[in-house]
Amino acid sequence: MSEASKLDRVLRADGDLKLVAYMMAGHPNKKRSLEVGKKLATSGVAALEIGIPFSDPLADGPVIQHAGQTALEHGMTVGACFELAAAVAEEGIPIVLMTYINPILAHDPRRFAAEAAQAGVAGIIVPDLPVEESEPVAGWLRAASLDTIFMVAPTTSPNRMESICEHSSGFVYCVTVTGITGARSDLPGGMKELLGEVKKHTKLPVAAGFGISRPEHMKALRGSADAAVVGSAIVAEIDKGNDPVPLVKGLLKACR
Amino acid sequence: MIKHPVRGRFGLYGGQYVPETLMGALEELEGVWHEAKADAQFQLELAGHRHAFIGRPTPLYAASRLSAHFGGAHIHLKREDLCHTGAHKLNNAVGQALLALRMGKKRVIAETGAGQHGVAVATVAARFGLECTVYMGTEDMRRQSMNVRRMKLLEAEVKEVASGTKTLKDATSEAIRDWVTNVRTTHYIIGSVVGPHPYPEMVRDLQRVIGDEAREQYLSVDGKLPDVVVACVGGGSNAIGIFTAFLDDKDVLLVGVEAAGSGIRTGKHAASLVGGRPGVLHGAFSYLLQDGEGQVLPTHSISAGLDYPGVGPEHSFLRDAERVDYIAVGDKDAVAAFKLCTKLEGIMPALEPAHALHQAGVIARELGPGGRILVCLSGRGDKDMDSVEGV
Repeated sequence: MSEASKLDRVLRADGDLKLVAYMMAGHPNKKRSLEVGKKLATSGVAALEIGIPFSDPLADGPVIQHAGQTALEHGMTVGACFELAAAVAEEGIPIVLMTYINPILAHDPRRFAAEAAQAGVAGIIVPDLPVEESEPVAGWLRAASLDTIFMVAPTTSPNRMESICEHSSGFVYCVTVTGITGARSDLPGGMKELLGEVKKHTKLPVAAGFGISRPEHMKALRGSADAAVVGSAIVAEIDKGNDPVPLVKGLLKACR
Repeated sequence: MIKHPVRGRFGLYGGQYVPETLMGALEELEGVWHEAKADAQFQLELAGHRHAFIGRPTPLYAASRLSAHFGGAHIHLKREDLCHTGAHKLNNAVGQALLALRMGKKRVIAETGAGQHGVAVATVAARFGLECTVYMGTEDMRRQSMNVRRMKLLEAEVKEVASGTKTLKDATSEAIRDWVTNVRTTHYIIGSVVGPHPYPEMVRDLQRVIGDEAREQYLSVDGKLPDVVVACVGGGSNAIGIFTAFLDDKDVLLVGVEAAGSGIRTGKHAASLVGGRPGVLHGAFSYLLQDGEGQVLPTHSISAGLDYPGVGPEHSFLRDAERVDYIAVGDKDAVAAFKLCTKLEGIMPALEPAHALHQAGVIARELGPGGRILVCLSGRGDKDMDSVEGV
């Protein structure tokens, strides 16, 4: 489980908040997303989350929906996502894939697990796969030495939190807002309490995500979360044709 | 037959493939529904609304001129078109509005394709004083504009969905995203036997009144059951509604009719059970129109209510168990059946059940005189005048 423990190791806050950047594979096209992936991987982030596009992403707001749609229109496939992940993983940064359950089922989950591991991927997040529905797929992912990262939300009951933390490896993903992905100006009230509650249930690092986009958010999360995941804000930069690294650098500065 | 679902599944199908944020709400809904179902007071209240607001029981109608036209088999229509607001959708909307009140939720949301479910939810929102938002694809708003006007008069907010295929699939995705965001204050009234558990079970339980009534009415005519029961299937709520009462009647053939659009081979259709394979969409594992990569395919049907790439998980189960035969009927045949029923019976069916009417004609010719066919006429066709005149 060398790769599996890698996320756990790199995402543990050591005084600094760790940053996880998100990008959509194949957005705005295959070539450019490989360039962007390599740049992000060497920008100082602790890990890179790569989205595999799905036609009907229920947990995503307009920015990531649009990125996924663009990637699909450019012919992105699960296989091509693994190629991208493998190329970016060469930079030595742990890669987490995020996708919905249907592309995994269509690919054959065992084959998906084997190919993801082969590509050097560290862990998988599936936002429409709650722990109750996670077997046998999660078992196959674990058997391939992949971390299975489950999500906790503000609406999660205490007994579900327990079970989610037990099923997670690598880190626990704490969805800080009641809602879908997308940059927000303010972080929600109750976020620190939620992160504190999750911390009580697990020894794994806890990453906060959804709505997080600004340096002041990083500052607010320091001391509460081990890591912050920034997605839509980065994807929006990529969508505009901008280099997302200056944004990332600004966020990193606020992590320290 | 075992009573399904078992732990949220109909055999392999169903489940709860949703973001974590919704899991608590689904758990609450399941609890409230089972409690309400067992509550005599709730049942009494529901029965009262069914009678005085929806107009139940709806009649069973002997379509004698259609019967003669198709060679003499007896064709009966279960007249869900006579429900208040013009379709069976209100059976479900009334029940779920009562549940929303029971849960103390002041806002309801819905997706709609043909607009019949949207109108039903806007109607119960007006009746029970709830705030209401309905999601509808741009394409459907165009082809079902009368229903958009009705919803607005009922003071529902109609939100246009311009993403993806601009039809029912994308309207459903957008409604789920709204629910994820507003789950603490909002109840999502799903319009069909689709979505995560407990929706397929709950919507079935609220729609089975169609078949419970029809079976009793049919028996009261001459003490016999029909040979065949036919219903159209998009998500499949009217079909489950009429089939459920007959599932244990082994000699009754059940036929579900999907939309073949321009033809299965053209790829422009909406027949998930006939032309799809199992996958996950909108929270449930069920037959689905998808490509080899698991991306959901665009669909086509002249009927907005059937224009959906998924189908309720209980239908997938009944298909695999071979209890129900699923076939597909195309746009042209549905339009012809729409016109024929209007001309011969003075009943203008919606384009959705017109698919079932076409198949009823085919079966009538096979059975010949003495054959006994029951069709679920799930809604009326005023909304489809523009679509039909264009063909």
